[in-house]
Amino acid sequence: MTAAASGDCAATPEIHHERGERQTFCGLAGIVWLHRKMQDSFFLVVGSRTCAHLMQSAAGVMIFAEPRFGTAVLQDRDLAGLADANDELDRVVRELLARRPDIGSLFLVATCPSEVIKLDLDTAAARLQQAHGERVRILAYSGSGLDTCFTQGEDTCLQALVPLLPELPTLQRSLLIVGSLADVVEDQFTRLFDRLGIGPVHFLPPRRVADLPPVGPGTFLLAAQPFVGETIDALRARGAHLIESPFPLGVEGTRAWLMAAAGAWGVAPELVEEAIAAPAARAEKALARYREQLGGKRISFLPDSQLEIPLGRFLARECGMQIGELGVPYLDRRIMEPELALLPADTQLTEGQDLERQLDRLRADRPDITVCGLGLANPLEAEGLTTKWSIELVFTPIQGFDQAADLAELFARPLNRRQRLAF
Amino acid sequence: MELTVWTYEGPPHIGAMRIAASMEAVHLVLHAPLGDSYADLLFTMIARSAGRPPVSYTGFQARDLGGDTAQLVKTRLAETVERFKPQALLVGEACTAELLQDQPGALAEGMGFDIPVISLELPAFTRKEAWGASETFHQLVRSLLNGRPVPQGAGDPSARAKAEGRRPRANLLGPTALGFRCRDDVIEVTKLLDTLGVDVHLVAPAGATPADLARIPEADFNICLYPEIAHSTCVWLERMFKQPRVRTVPIGVGATRDFVFEVARLAGLDPAPALAQARTRLPWFSRSVDSTYLTGKRVFIFGDATHVMAAARMAREELGFDVVGLGTYSREFARELRALAEDIGVEALITDDYLAVEARVAELHPELVLGTQMERHIAKRLGIPCAVISSPVHVQDFPARYAPQMGFEGANVIFDTWVHPLMMGLEEHLITMFREDVEFNDGEVAAPARAVQSAEVGEPDAAAPGAAAAAKAPGPNDSAPGDPAPSDPAPSDPTPSDPTALRWEPDAEKELRKIPFFVRGKARRNTENFARERGLTEISIDTLYEAKAHFGR
Ligand code: SF4
Repeated sequence: MTAAASGDCAATPEIHHERGERQTFCGLAGIVWLHRKMQDSFFLVVGSRTCAHLMQSAAGVMIFAEPRFGTAVLQDRDLAGLADANDELDRVVRELLARRPDIGSLFLVATCPSEVIKLDLDTAAARLQQAHGERVRILAYSGSGLDTCFTQGEDTCLQALVPLLPELPTLQRSLLIVGSLADVVEDQFTRLFDRLGIGPVHFLPPRRVADLPPVGPGTFLLAAQPFVGETIDALRARGAHLIESPFPLGVEGTRAWLMAAAGAWGVAPELVEEAIAAPAARAEKALARYREQLGGKRISFLPDSQLEIPLGRFLARECGMQIGELGVPYLDRRIMEPELALLPADTQLTEGQDLERQLDRLRADRPDITVCGLGLANPLEAEGLTTKWSIELVFTPIQGFDQAADLAELFARPLNRRQRLAF
Repeated sequence: MELTVWTYEGPPHIGAMRIAASMEAVHLVLHAPLGDSYADLLFTMIARSAGRPPVSYTGFQARDLGGDTAQLVKTRLAETVERFKPQALLVGEACTAELLQDQPGALAEGMGFDIPVISLELPAFTRKEAWGASETFHQLVRSLLNGRPVPQGAGDPSARAKAEGRRPRANLLGPTALGFRCRDDVIEVTKLLDTLGVDVHLVAPAGATPADLARIPEADFNICLYPEIAHSTCVWLERMFKQPRVRTVPIGVGATRDFVFEVARLAGLDPAPALAQARTRLPWFSRSVDSTYLTGKRVFIFGDATHVMAAARMAREELGFDVVGLGTYSREFARELRALAEDIGVEALITDDYLAVEARVAELHPELVLGTQMERHIAKRLGIPCAVISSPVHVQDFPARYAPQMGFEGANVIFDTWVHPLMMGLEEHLITMFREDVEFNDGEVAAPARAVQSAEVGEPDAAAPGAAAAAKAPGPNDSAPGDPAPSDPAPSDPTPSDPTALRWEPDAEKELRKIPFFVRGKARRNTENFARERGLTEISIDTLYEAKAHFGR
């Protein structure tokens, strides 16, 4: 079915909706970076052998390190009676906490099977919190494939943290950046906000769950990632205000993002221009090289990480690429409007997925490069289509001025490989 | 509930996917939630396959649960058959779908497709990947051969071949996507059979179509290359179609010879020419002086049952190693493995708990670990050399070069693979003699040395056996049929030494540091055990050397 997005201004692209087979991770995949981001956390997935296997496969790149996640695999007995399942969960948590004294916060993560058998992890978390007291904080959220896809698991995780955030004292104000950023990127932004006199600046998720940022009516929110819509809503319910802005990808996005914060703080635009002059100029210079390699090339996105729209905007406007079909898992208008306004108006935007049909269109279109999930990359390469894994865009520091060229490089490299190889 | 960190096997529907992905013209429709499509990457990323696995998912979400998920199944079935036009359709469900009880198999059977529809029962909460693969293959073969007559002369390969005026022919059963080196094993075994005068009738599931499977009874006998996948099918074929099966898995020189004899006997052929043509260097390499340094190396072996049993025999008979421990995650073959372990005089570790395996390795302190990608991580953490011998594997275990495990060439490959990570001969002596050379010192080779020590002092991580035992606490579902006793008693070994109880005198500590890093961990442990047994609280240089004399080597 096709439906023009009703009530939109004429300049934003038309949206095509699709439903059918999907090729994407469920929200459990978010644990792969969240457990690294929050160093005092442990993620206990309460699910099946499939969930454990997904975690292992998605996290395969990081398998050498001791993980801060595990799966409590449900057995026949747990399915038979919820009383038993709860007892078993209590036992597993007890043993885990005894074995890993380093755990400061334990996330119980719901999955499709735990939800279908109606194992209530919120209640379980409250019960376990009582039993384990002050030593550890116990929370629950859903990463199930019934509710979440891929990066959405971060949204549900952060949302679970919102009620625990301390109250920002009245009459104080603060800036809260929402969505995981690499530590190095956080540090860069912190320095820039410092120079602009914007602060205090907090990040959600924090590096340690023990250091939860405060929130209140004096809090201004800046989304760093395009998949935190529910968290933003929950924060707004606690009085915070959203600063609307494009995402900090590329020079343009980063400038707009900082300008938006500056605007809320009453910092003059000239001051911002002065503060960002050096890094922005560096970034422009570094990007110029990639504009040559990427300019005029055609890129398509299969729906996966939710980063597709800001990436498309960056590649079209700053790297001169043409956008073929741009697929998104879901269109979150709460935080995506500023991006939509910047996207070329003729972009062929698809929400949702009907995998085989979308692949048919892709094969007909044959773009120069396609952004897709790990399951599809090699088969498309084998068909002669150059690809970029979407998951890498989630794991790599790509936000901010000093990463703008790195971001372009991620797309230039596969094209470059194609060009160099003699076969 | 069972706490799992890394898993040796996926759920049973992954096994079904492996069969579908191995074959041609088969398609699997899986009733599964949206995120379960991750499994495609096992094939496309780990095995680097150029095609997508022939699997379509219903991909239901919360909003579908309120409505009619059965309708979703039907839609996906119809679209799949229409688009991919398979010769046979497999229908199964993943864990969550099993809970919904939509009966996708029955739905498919009711849709009147003009192709065989095989409805798979894959109990996700009790069974695992290898079982799922074995069961899927078995069900597929069963339903495609249903009602076919037993061929004339079946049961006597030699007579039947003669009567039909041709060479005896065999099916190679078991090679599967994501198996360990199946691609090259098939080539190697095919060549070996050819020198013996046996033709390969067909290979399945790898590369076979449903039409091929229907021709299985035309072969005189079956060769079960990977019992984890094909054992139950081979047993069934023997019963229903009087096809004898070859039991030996030809991994290692000795096993390959046994295999040649077994096939020759079954097919009424002379094994001598094939054996004379064998190009194996392993026996001579093992007898050559350099291999003195391999003699008595202490190895620990873990993996699927087939590869572990073969590796144990090779390690002992063909390289002169000491097998100090072995185990498998293949509970289906626990009995065979236990018998072998008893024969060797070690305790078998039957588990799929990665932490239990890690604890056992830390406790045994072997000089070489032969295992899966999981043991590679364990060995790396503990600073022990390691070679991979079995699935589950990582992308680097799908080599570009020809690297079989089976047959005589396979034995050559294995010799290289196992010996390569070890420090050899004179090199080892030089390091021992001139251990004060800065290059051999900790600063230079710090990583493994530190890893060994952190395992020694028992940091509160997974390496501590006590902790692993606590995490294991077996529930009733933990033991498989025929596996009543928990296999691993609480480790009595005091590996995590308590620094307050035993004090190393500074001189002794200094002397200990002169011992090369790759055996230092063992020396420290031995000395501490020795001291503890004698009730000592201080360790001097003399204690160190007395312990060395006591333990030897
Ligand atoms: S989709 Fe559901 S069942 Fe599958 S791995 Fe994700 S949470 Fe587990």
